[in-house]
Amino acid sequence: MSQKKNWPLWEIFVRSKNGLEHRHFGSLHAADAEMAMENARDVYTRRNEGVSIWVVESCNITASNPDHNGELFEPAQDKVYRHPTFYDLPDEVKHM
Amino acid sequence: MSEEQVRSLEKQFDERIERDEKIEPKDWMPEKYRKTHIRQMSQHAHSEIVGMLPEGNWITRAPSLRRKVALLAKVQDEAGHGLYLYSATETLGISREEMYEQLHTGKAKYSSIFNYPTVTWADMGTVGWLVDGAAIINQVPLCSTSFGPYARAMVRVCKEESFHQRQGYEIMLKLCKGTPEQKDMAQDALNRWWWPSLMMLGPTDAESVHTEQSMKWKLKRKSNDELRQQFIDQTVPQADILGLSIPDKDLKWNEERQSYDFGEINWDEFWQVVKGHGPMNKERIKARVNAWEGGEWVRDAAMAYASKNQERKEKQAV
Repeated sequence: MSQKKNWPLWEIFVRSKNGLEHRHFGSLHAADAEMAMENARDVYTRRNEGVSIWVVESCNITASNPDHNGELFEPAQDKVYRHPTFYDLPDEVKHM
Repeated sequence: MSEEQVRSLEKQFDERIERDEKIEPKDWMPEKYRKTHIRQMSQHAHSEIVGMLPEGNWITRAPSLRRKVALLAKVQDEAGHGLYLYSATETLGISREEMYEQLHTGKAKYSSIFNYPTVTWADMGTVGWLVDGAAIINQVPLCSTSFGPYARAMVRVCKEESFHQRQGYEIMLKLCKGTPEQKDMAQDALNRWWWPSLMMLGPTDAESVHTEQSMKWKLKRKSNDELRQQFIDQTVPQADILGLSIPDKDLKWNEERQSYDFGEINWDEFWQVVKGHGPMNKERIKARVNAWEGGEWVRDAAMAYASKNQERKEKQAV
């Protein structure tokens, strides 16, 4: 069998404690998901950094292209009415 | 892209860094920025990996269980640091295999300090105290470097590194409070590691070719000579506490500069070691190549197992 392949890349997400979201910690190479999980334990949680791990093969992530940041994100910039400070209220109205 | 467009992009890019904005892997970047980062980050990763060898040498012979678990944990950390850095470097478009290839063929360098042998147990103390001490001085400023993945990896590395230096210093303390033979062993180790540790902070500013550009990109926040002076000033009082003497007859407190003056560094030795003629260069690379080649069948078997498993799952799903 000569279909030699290098170990694929996996992205590692760790929940540091219950109540918090999983956060991207980094990446590593592994033959399969199970090995990625074991390696992630050793590489990213040697000091109790986590209570839960997600591993996702990197090729399954679709990322936005920074060249398109303008059309993607700029439309939100002029929508100031989405923020509470846009609305004028008299000072007498406290805490709203 | 026209030359003018490139220049305008470069200008915007420099301004972003100037404003302390981070650069992320998919952002446009000058080719030189990419290449310089691949070079520095991969060499940093290689240093962590090769750095496991001089200490791995002593794991089975550590004098107590306490020392053994600490050394084992430290060497495991170095492996972890190498892996954080390799995967951060991969975001720049170089593969892990290419980086290994560069290390194994001598195209990529690693820190020259690891080309010295660790001949006694006191070397474990000195390596932790001096080599990790110098590494920390080098690495702390990199936590705020401009390339996001590098900065994030360095934050994690620095957090973990401080135990390394403390465990080394504790080994030295114990030896220095021990028998006269143990104290001699500690002094002997300091004598051998002092100068290579100073060299580890890089050539003098006058000889350093990459400094100016690296400062601009925040790959460097202080010059090699400044870092070296900082290292000496912080380390001399630590040697005093141990009751050991620094092997430099010209070392003297300079009241006016509020810093230590120190003797001439043997840069010939440094360049010899960098060029591959240090006492352990050949052995270090041989160990890495053996590990890579000897592990090939394991990597292939794991891959074959993974694809068979995958096939089985797909069949079951039908």
